[in-house]
Amino acid sequence: MKKRDTNSNSYTLIYASVIVVVVAFLLAFTNIVLRPHQNRNIELDTKRQILAALNISDVKDVAAAYNKYVKLDMLLQLDGTLVVNTGGFFSNYSTEFSKKRYHIFQCDVNGHTKYVFPLNGVGLWGPIWGYVALNDDRNTVYGAYFSHQSETPGLGAEIASPQFQGEFKRLKVMKGGKVGLSVVKYGKVVDKKYEVDGISGGTITSKGVDAMLKKCLSNYIVFFTNQ
Amino acid sequence: MSELFSKKNKDAFSIPLGKNNPITVQVLGICSALAVTAKLAPAIVMGLSVTVIVAFANVIISLMRDTIPNRIRIIVQLVVVATLVTIVSEVLKAFAYDVSVQLSVYVGLIITNCILMGRLEAFAMSNGPWESFWDGMGNGLGYAKILIIVAFVRELLGSGTLLGYNILNYECIKNTGYLNNGLMLMPPMALIIIACIVWYQRSRNKELQENS
Repeated sequence: MKKRDTNSNSYTLIYASVIVVVVAFLLAFTNIVLRPHQNRNIELDTKRQILAALNISDVKDVAAAYNKYVKLDMLLQLDGTLVVNTGGFFSNYSTEFSKKRYHIFQCDVNGHTKYVFPLNGVGLWGPIWGYVALNDDRNTVYGAYFSHQSETPGLGAEIASPQFQGEFKRLKVMKGGKVGLSVVKYGKVVDKKYEVDGISGGTITSKGVDAMLKKCLSNYIVFFTNQ
Repeated sequence: MSELFSKKNKDAFSIPLGKNNPITVQVLGICSALAVTAKLAPAIVMGLSVTVIVAFANVIISLMRDTIPNRIRIIVQLVVVATLVTIVSEVLKAFAYDVSVQLSVYVGLIITNCILMGRLEAFAMSNGPWESFWDGMGNGLGYAKILIIVAFVRELLGSGTLLGYNILNYECIKNTGYLNNGLMLMPPMALIIIACIVWYQRSRNKELQENS
């Protein structure tokens, strides 16, 4: 049997080209076949996070629970008017954000109206995001949910813990015409009505949450003050 | 033609579990042992993922070993591993989303795990597919074994839980003055625990000690 010379230049080049083509095909094929499943998972996970901000967790059927509690997906425009979102469910808000339109989810929990606002920001190692739910008065926090991609476990990652998120309940958002809801250095809370203790050892992540709250909620001031 | 479960295959599987453990003896794959062992659940999933990937990468490279040009040998191995890991990561995202979120960063890190390149070069390039499969399984499970031990200690002493279930966070234990050891949650502790395991293993197996 003739032994192929595996070290010749032409063989090496042809081999490398064939490998590249085969791998590219394999990966593209896998991606196309799995994409619908993945998108469905991402959508379900986003809905689960919105429900978590409404203090609803451990649901078996996320899609059904979402349809039950979240009534309207609206977009707030710069002039203060609300438009119903007709673009389907978004897991990523950057497109509308860049058009200066901000999502508001109007929900109905046990007969009370709640509003959920998506937040996104920057932590220490990567992006952080979350959802804040306000009561009908558009000022009192009903619930909060935060998550992150790669913050330090035990430190910055604690923003995803129920204990940290629970501290935001019943706090107020607006203070003197600006967003007063904030995260301060651990142990330095002055005004319990607006401030939450940051995470000891997770200063930069805590500051990230603080900046995220101020930046994102400021976009909705016209909605908060417009009763 | 070797038998299915010949001595050689059994050795390829069992030796990495103990005397030639990838982490404690070959000193490969240490970095991921720091990253995922703060809690037991991700450690188990990571250990299983690496086992599956090492085993199948070994088989694929072993099947290709006579065709790979010598000059691009390492690159081809890397391409095979990277493709395999990417496909595993995409499948996890599609069918086990919660797990894939927890592992998101680390699944990519499997590609750079030295154990993979180490075994492909040392074993798969010069042995048949069936032996390579067992070598991959053995090394993967040896790696998983160490990961589970480290994660067990770190989660139990650092958070007082195991697999998320509360073990030590009870009033009666807190009243004795016991506190969860925060240092256990930090990466350097994983290295210290691995060092203790290496120490224990070497004192039990004299042949692992170098002659000084």
